[in-house]
Amino acid sequence: MCPGSLSFHMFDALSERLERVAGRLRSRGRLSEADLDEALREIRSALLEADVELGVVRRFVDSVRQRCAGEALSRSLTPAQQVIRSVHEELTRVLGGETLKLTYAPRPPTVVVLAGLQGSGKTTAAAKLAAWWKHQGRNPLLVGADLQRPAAVEQLRILGRQAGVRVYSEPTDPVAVASAGLEEARRLGRDLCIVDTAGRLAIDEELMDEVRRIAAVTQPHYTFLVVDAMTGQDAVATATAFHQALDLDGVILTKLDGDARGGAALSVKEVVGRPIVFASTGERLGDFDLFHPDRMADRILGMGDVLTLIEQAERAMDRDAVEKSATRLMEGRFTLEDFLEQLQQVKKLGSLGGVLKLLPGVSRELRQAAGQVDDRELDRVAAIIRSMTPAERHDPSILDGSRRVRVARGSGRTTQEVNALLKQFREMQKMMKGGAGGMTAPAGLGRLGGLLGGRGGPPAAGLQELLSGAADGGRSPGAPRQLLQGVKTGADELAGSGLRPGAKGGARNKKKKGGRVTPPKAR
Amino acid sequence: MAPAPTGAPAPTGAPAPADPPAPADVAVPPAPGEEAAPPGPPTFRDRLGKARSLFGGVVTSLRARGGVDAATWEQLEEALIRADVGVGATERVLARLRERVAAREVAGGEQLVQALRQDLVALLSGMPAPGANGGRRPPAPADRSLRFAGASGRPDVWLFVGVNGVGKTTTIGKVARQQVALGRSVLLAAADTFRAAAGDQLATWAERTGAEIVRGTEGGDPSAVVFDAVQRAAARGNDLVLADTAGRLHTKVNLVEELRKIRRVADRDPGHVSEVLLVLDATTGQNGLAQARTFTEAVDVTGVVLTKLDGTAKGGVVIGIQQHVGVPVKLVGLGEGPDDLVPFDPEAFVDALLAG
Repeated sequence: MCPGSLSFHMFDALSERLERVAGRLRSRGRLSEADLDEALREIRSALLEADVELGVVRRFVDSVRQRCAGEALSRSLTPAQQVIRSVHEELTRVLGGETLKLTYAPRPPTVVVLAGLQGSGKTTAAAKLAAWWKHQGRNPLLVGADLQRPAAVEQLRILGRQAGVRVYSEPTDPVAVASAGLEEARRLGRDLCIVDTAGRLAIDEELMDEVRRIAAVTQPHYTFLVVDAMTGQDAVATATAFHQALDLDGVILTKLDGDARGGAALSVKEVVGRPIVFASTGERLGDFDLFHPDRMADRILGMGDVLTLIEQAERAMDRDAVEKSATRLMEGRFTLEDFLEQLQQVKKLGSLGGVLKLLPGVSRELRQAAGQVDDRELDRVAAIIRSMTPAERHDPSILDGSRRVRVARGSGRTTQEVNALLKQFREMQKMMKGGAGGMTAPAGLGRLGGLLGGRGGPPAAGLQELLSGAADGGRSPGAPRQLLQGVKTGADELAGSGLRPGAKGGARNKKKKGGRVTPPKAR
Repeated sequence: MAPAPTGAPAPTGAPAPADPPAPADVAVPPAPGEEAAPPGPPTFRDRLGKARSLFGGVVTSLRARGGVDAATWEQLEEALIRADVGVGATERVLARLRERVAAREVAGGEQLVQALRQDLVALLSGMPAPGANGGRRPPAPADRSLRFAGASGRPDVWLFVGVNGVGKTTTIGKVARQQVALGRSVLLAAADTFRAAAGDQLATWAERTGAEIVRGTEGGDPSAVVFDAVQRAAARGNDLVLADTAGRLHTKVNLVEELRKIRRVADRDPGHVSEVLLVLDATTGQNGLAQARTFTEAVDVTGVVLTKLDGTAKGGVVIGIQQHVGVPVKLVGLGEGPDDLVPFDPEAFVDALLAG
């Protein structure tokens, strides 16, 4: 190992590392014992770097080994693909298993108790959980039984207000509060009672006893352990101790919006044997949803959260609108009006950075660059277009100097920015006309990247390349939907072969696959 | 609120610098290392000793073994990985040790563990480990003192940063208590305007410690709070401003940008930022490295406060942080009591790390 690249290694996705191993394996065409060892070593390192607990890693690697050893080599997959697929399947299997089907007590309220270490995010999770249930048409009561941390109850009250959920607490003692809170929920006829408890260490007998007593008086239907996705090896010790004390029903994983791989999820799932039920993915109350094991498997392996993107897109996209503008695009009748429409669709997907983060194979650097692209750029472009008259939007060529000044003033942008937008749009139109009808129509989103890159910063340039790349790959012309089509195809491929679609479309990968006859060093 | 609880702008309790107008940014601390230690409270070693027997499992079993074999290496690797040292750092440390064993510099279980211990302590001290021929970074011995210039009319600002839930507010409360005990006039800046009731939490600490506090409105501009705090501190002769900030994941570019601005504002005359402390939860795994990297890049972190070391987590990720980011651990949180924040002791830390 060359020392200079060590720090780099740490952030390499497992899929990339396995591809490196795979490069060697492919040329031999057979999976020998030694090959398998090498691949498994990489898997082991990657899992450890993702903070999966050592014991869990060992068991996991063993089960993958058995799986691979048992498999015949006569399949259509290359040996490396076979290993990757096995790893992914095994990981999904372990993370998933049975899911928790939430049921509600025949005699309400259904009682939920949250427990965990300090700072794992219990109070926030309690409020998010309440908001989530409220959204499902339920009527929860929040009970603040964390009387230890200064202002914890006040925090819960504020969050409860934001969620429109009532909060009960008394400055007495935690067990009394929990019990009285349950009474209050009954009295108010609430169907759910969510109890927030103080953070505590698993080795703190006194406090563990307290939470045990809270559970005893409230008889919770669900006891959830709140676990920080950034937790390291200690996740197992913590989860085990809480499980012994409280007989957990499930886990809530928090702070998944960071870049932690979240190996703790796997560790906790393994040792507790209870499902991860919810995942918290952001700072707002709505950033909270049911947990998806297959997506977490992708994340731990560094494969990007493809499915989430597809689902988000399906939810957000207005198919008709997209189809209409796509047709017009292909016919070369694409106007600024259509472009504005596309912008709106992209915005519905969420932040540009967020979308890119979900795409597999997007490198760390690019993801960071994407984060730096201000999403407000979209708004600025939209503002410029909105400041035009309908006639101008349909035929930008009528925009003379004085009209441009007016548009700039109306949108609060500079004339230069208006000019840049118009210029890029003209080029985009030209290219579309040129490529209309064929498979080579340039990607709307790619062009969008160009428009955003108007300020010429290198991150934006990288983004543009990425956007065109992601939407390209020779199969997905124009429009967000096509981009997603590309992603979907990629996802299918991924499911089929276990291989990660390349960041910059097929071309680079193809070259790599085909060209790798001799090792690069030979040159 | 009357002028100030502190009668005179007391020029610090410790051996005061003789020349008040010391403009140097890198002021020599009054009493290096020990300066943050409150009188009498338990030391790092005492604390850790209670929870874990020194050198625990690994050491005893290796001592028993005498010779070094494959199982020995596996055991060492396991101990390090379980302590969150990380695969990369573990491999490097052990590779170096292997070389030394091969060169017969080290023989037998006992020597091996001692050598490993020295290596880890050296790494934590920012020095290339013995036997390593030239580290990749020039050795920069870790300076663990909390820098305090104490120039009159120019309050020092210590900024506390970190991801959500690591214990920033609590740490500030503890630091405030210790600094007040040292005779400094402390003002807390409640610049976490995002998390609900964070200001209330800090206000509780202000009350407990006798520090002053400047608060903003929830959802308000944190930089404005810091600005007000510095102005107020300068006007009233407070020596030290401890600025709380909202927890933020290092991946949120806009929020990191906001932090940059907070630092800029705090560093503007008359204030000057003498410490930027990254608060890190000891249960954090390898993501801690990414946190340290990003925060250091953004706001030039000067030290790490490792919190919650009183549980079963060992916080081994700080080894990688010292090595790759070059930021030393300065303080350690060993419990929930206000006096449980103590200066970092690398040797005690390593002993606890290797304890089974």
